[in-house]
Amino acid sequence: MTDTFFTLFATLTVVSAALVVVHKNAVNAAMCFLLSLVGVAGLFVLLDAYLLAFVLLLVYAGAVVSLFLFIIMLLDTRPEEQKPFRLMTVAGATLGGALLLVCGSSLFARAQFSGASAVEPVGAALKPYAEQLFTTYLLPVQVVGFLLLAAMLGVVVLSRKYEKTEGAS
Amino acid sequence: MNELWTSLPPVVQLFVKGVAVIAIIFPLAGACSLAERKVSAWIMGRPGPNRAIPFWFEWVPVLGPFLQKLGVFHLMSDGLKMLFKEDSLPGHVNKPYFILAPVLAMVPAFTTVTVVPFGAYLDSAGRLVPLMLANVDVGILAVFAVGSLGVYSLIIAGWSSNSKYPFLGGVRASAQLISYELSMTLAVLPVFLWTNAPGAAGSLSLVRVVEFQSGTGLWSGMWFAFLMPLSAFIFLVTLFAETNRLPFDMAEGEADLVGGFHTEYGAFKWSLFFVAEYSHMLVGSGVFVLLFLGGWNPLPWVPLARAAEWLHLAGQPVLLGLLSVAIFLGKIILMIFLFMWVRFTLPRFRYDQVMKLGWQRLLPLAIANLIVYAILIASL
Repeated sequence: MTDTFFTLFATLTVVSAALVVVHKNAVNAAMCFLLSLVGVAGLFVLLDAYLLAFVLLLVYAGAVVSLFLFIIMLLDTRPEEQKPFRLMTVAGATLGGALLLVCGSSLFARAQFSGASAVEPVGAALKPYAEQLFTTYLLPVQVVGFLLLAAMLGVVVLSRKYEKTEGAS
Repeated sequence: MNELWTSLPPVVQLFVKGVAVIAIIFPLAGACSLAERKVSAWIMGRPGPNRAIPFWFEWVPVLGPFLQKLGVFHLMSDGLKMLFKEDSLPGHVNKPYFILAPVLAMVPAFTTVTVVPFGAYLDSAGRLVPLMLANVDVGILAVFAVGSLGVYSLIIAGWSSNSKYPFLGGVRASAQLISYELSMTLAVLPVFLWTNAPGAAGSLSLVRVVEFQSGTGLWSGMWFAFLMPLSAFIFLVTLFAETNRLPFDMAEGEADLVGGFHTEYGAFKWSLFFVAEYSHMLVGSGVFVLLFLGGWNPLPWVPLARAAEWLHLAGQPVLLGLLSVAIFLGKIILMIFLFMWVRFTLPRFRYDQVMKLGWQRLLPLAIANLIVYAILIASL
């Protein structure tokens, strides 16, 4: 039962993630991203990490992707307006793909997977998760928070500036 | 009967339970549409729907005219009309998404029900057993997470209709729902700070919130609506915005957007949006009742267990379960009435006023509320 669900959700995640890149229509890509997130949330549920699953749905599926859609609709991008690939882009993509291939093959050839031991899932309930956030991972959380604050202030500054020039012209 | 039920495989049991709950909510949502018409008529001082009746039902002496005056047959004929009307598909729409959108509207509306407890009974040991489909520890988070997916049906419907007014409706809906989700989540945090006071095992379960409101002491029996009135008020206002009800019906906006996101829809697809809206209202009112109005407890300071003692129902779990469900549903119906009362009393906002209210009034208020309660709870 669990294996079937794992196969189902894993396939959903990977296939829809691939479709996000391949689709030319931005709205289709965003909807595939949503499906991919639902697949990841399903995988989290299979790992007994209910909290993470629902936080993922709430933040990414609920807010971030709908903002994406909002922006896509406001910009009204059309598939035919895409520029043709430049030589540099093709070269970069080839190099990146080759690196990814090397990484994957070396992982399969050399990595030694120890048998999965029964670990108490941290993301299952609120309390152990919060404890980890405020003890073991305190520094990363603070750094990420600071980064987000900087980004938010940047947006405030940029939008202010835009407003002023519009008023002046 | 009992043996037959327990001998079924668990998947079948869950399926039957889920279908049973949906089979209750779907007609209830339909009944809400009739109630909406009757309540609006009552507020505006007119009789409302009171004509339709099948000719053979007129022969029933007292019940016939009574049901006719109540407008019950209007509801049935509306339902039949929705089913048998031609389901037209406009030529200019994006077909897959156009068909997907009404389905997407139903999914979150019915999925959130799984984690909402709708009643409770006392087992032989006197412990409270909640009636719900899935008792997960992340309760409220699951409601918010799945409920937030409801916005996609509006966006997709607006976008795929491929015309001006639905598009504007969809864009408005996405901006409005994201803005008010923030204040909504912040508004319920004080409740969970209270139920997860230092030392307690952490939980976001809705059952636990009701348990905290089922004491008999001055503080323990108080409903959270009295303990945290500002939280309750902010949650209520954001609930109106999240369910797209007037005065926040920007996504539909009959006055300025024809029909908003569902302008191009008709017949059965349109009625799916309609039922989804009322299901959202029902589930949202249910969550409000659980969080702030004591859930299935009949009165403040009178928990369900005390009521069972008075009515001598302690040894009868089935009757007590039915009583608790009836109390819970009664409170939800009062909430639905409040939704309709507000709709026909307050004028609707302009779109800029909606945004200003969400970001400049409710959000700071919710943050200040959270900080004040955090300090209060920490100093207790």
